[in-house]
Amino acid sequence: MRNGKPPLIDSIYWRGAIAIVVFLLLWEMGSLSKVWIKWESFEWLRNTLTAMGFKPAYLPWVGAIPAPTEVLHAWQGVIRDPGYWQSWYMSLFRVMAGFIAAMLIGIPFGLLLAVSRTAHGVGFPVFEVLRPIPPLAWVPASIIFWPTQEMSIAFVTFLGAFYTIVINVVGGARAIDLRYFQAARSMGSSQRDIFWRIILPGTLPSIMVGSAVGMGITWEVVVAAEMISGGGSQIGGTSGGGLGFFIWNSYVGGSYEQIVVGMISIGIAGFLSSELLRWLGHRVTPWLRLR
Amino acid sequence: MNEANLIKSSIKAGEIVVRNVTKNYGAAHFSKEVVKDCSFTIERGKLTVMIGPSGCGKSTIIRLLAGFEQPTSGTLELNGQPIEGPARDRLVLFQETALFPWMTTYDNILYGPRARGEVTKETLELAEFLLNKVGLRDFREKYPPQLSGGMQRRAELARAMINNPQVMILDEPFRGLDAMTKELMWEYYSALYEENRRTNFFVTTDIDEAIFLADRLLIMTNIPTQVRAVLEVDMPRPRKLADLVENDRSNEIKMEALSILHEEAMKSFSRGSKAAADFVDAYSKRMAKT
Repeated sequence: MRNGKPPLIDSIYWRGAIAIVVFLLLWEMGSLSKVWIKWESFEWLRNTLTAMGFKPAYLPWVGAIPAPTEVLHAWQGVIRDPGYWQSWYMSLFRVMAGFIAAMLIGIPFGLLLAVSRTAHGVGFPVFEVLRPIPPLAWVPASIIFWPTQEMSIAFVTFLGAFYTIVINVVGGARAIDLRYFQAARSMGSSQRDIFWRIILPGTLPSIMVGSAVGMGITWEVVVAAEMISGGGSQIGGTSGGGLGFFIWNSYVGGSYEQIVVGMISIGIAGFLSSELLRWLGHRVTPWLRLR
Repeated sequence: MNEANLIKSSIKAGEIVVRNVTKNYGAAHFSKEVVKDCSFTIERGKLTVMIGPSGCGKSTIIRLLAGFEQPTSGTLELNGQPIEGPARDRLVLFQETALFPWMTTYDNILYGPRARGEVTKETLELAEFLLNKVGLRDFREKYPPQLSGGMQRRAELARAMINNPQVMILDEPFRGLDAMTKELMWEYYSALYEENRRTNFFVTTDIDEAIFLADRLLIMTNIPTQVRAVLEVDMPRPRKLADLVENDRSNEIKMEALSILHEEAMKSFSRGSKAAADFVDAYSKRMAKT
């Protein structure tokens, strides 16, 4: 039937491509029809539901969303606007700043909690109390705490990734097989050697998982933070406040096509960041992809 | 070969004496006795095999020998010196693989020397020699998940041997391998032992494995464990797998060992152990056949 591996990869690739095309087609049709899921097209269903006391007005309306072709058209216009690219840059910058800070602080902190009983006893309860607070609940406080708006947004994005990374690092380090430590100690490893050659590589897979999840949260947080805080628009001009602010601004301005442009841009940006992390993950944990 | 002689001449076979060792787990009222007043000797340069019902406390004895845990009472001595903690003179091969998955075969083998900062030209040559010896030269840059079960076991043997331990401790190392690989590993491992006559301590639940490999066979009681019987397996080396079936002496020892194990199983069966029930059942079927 199949000879070799390449066809398998191809078929996955084609399935994905076809799914996206079909999705876009359905969306286009739904939009252009102007009636999809609007109740006029399903008279019998509407009558039944109304008889049950359900109000059709509660249902979403695909016909109200701009069609992909319209979005593409709007995109062509926006692409020449430096403000749009400025939004990309602002959001990417904030995500990366927060994310990298979360890695730099979260990985050592997580390892410390995993390695030292004292550190765990002192640090973990505080961490566990702060962790359930959603990053967005920090927005007002961080605007007050941090001198610039830029720093407050970066701080909130940092929080988004920080907790996930720490929890994964602690869990990963503690899940390392006890026999590895016993074998290492028998062969004469010092504590320091065990840390660098057993604990750190043994935790790397969990670090990568934590980072991937953290990266996703970072994008969620940055967009919401930009919408709430006005995206530092006083610095960057009306469209220089990041992709979250770009969407909000489009909404306020009544440009529905641009809202969708902003949404898809975030989708692409998030996808690219995840791919980058996946690539990085493969590089640093080569033994995992060989199973 | 030069390196082969080098290994041979550098081997210091150790002897371990276990005296009246008891090990309890848990505190006060909930304390469970796993090893009870257990004494035996792992003789210098011999391959001692310990066999006993599963869950009888063999792995606990291994942890005590390796120094991962301390006995509740009694003493363990290597060459007259008390065992106080894990050290390179007593290396353990664990059940299944304990190769570090993030290191290649070569890095795994060199782990010990690197940890102790003892990487010299001789060590590197020895690593090459051992890689060849265990037949993994072409797999030196592979990671453990890329190796077969048998290769993993051989890589782990090499990782232990490079540290030149005085006693090799093996905890059911071939469990989980398929029947054919297992038999190949028996032959491979016993040839390795015959070549350098290091002190080896091998724990198993498999009677055929035990008789094929052992110079001395320690048969353990059920939990709390102690040595029930010591059989000298006085069959000539090198041994062949066919001996297991054809050799009368081998069958004699096997029957003797099985009848002792059966008695032990009956005792724990009367105490309500389900695993023992399986053994008693299998044993009576086997006896009916012969």
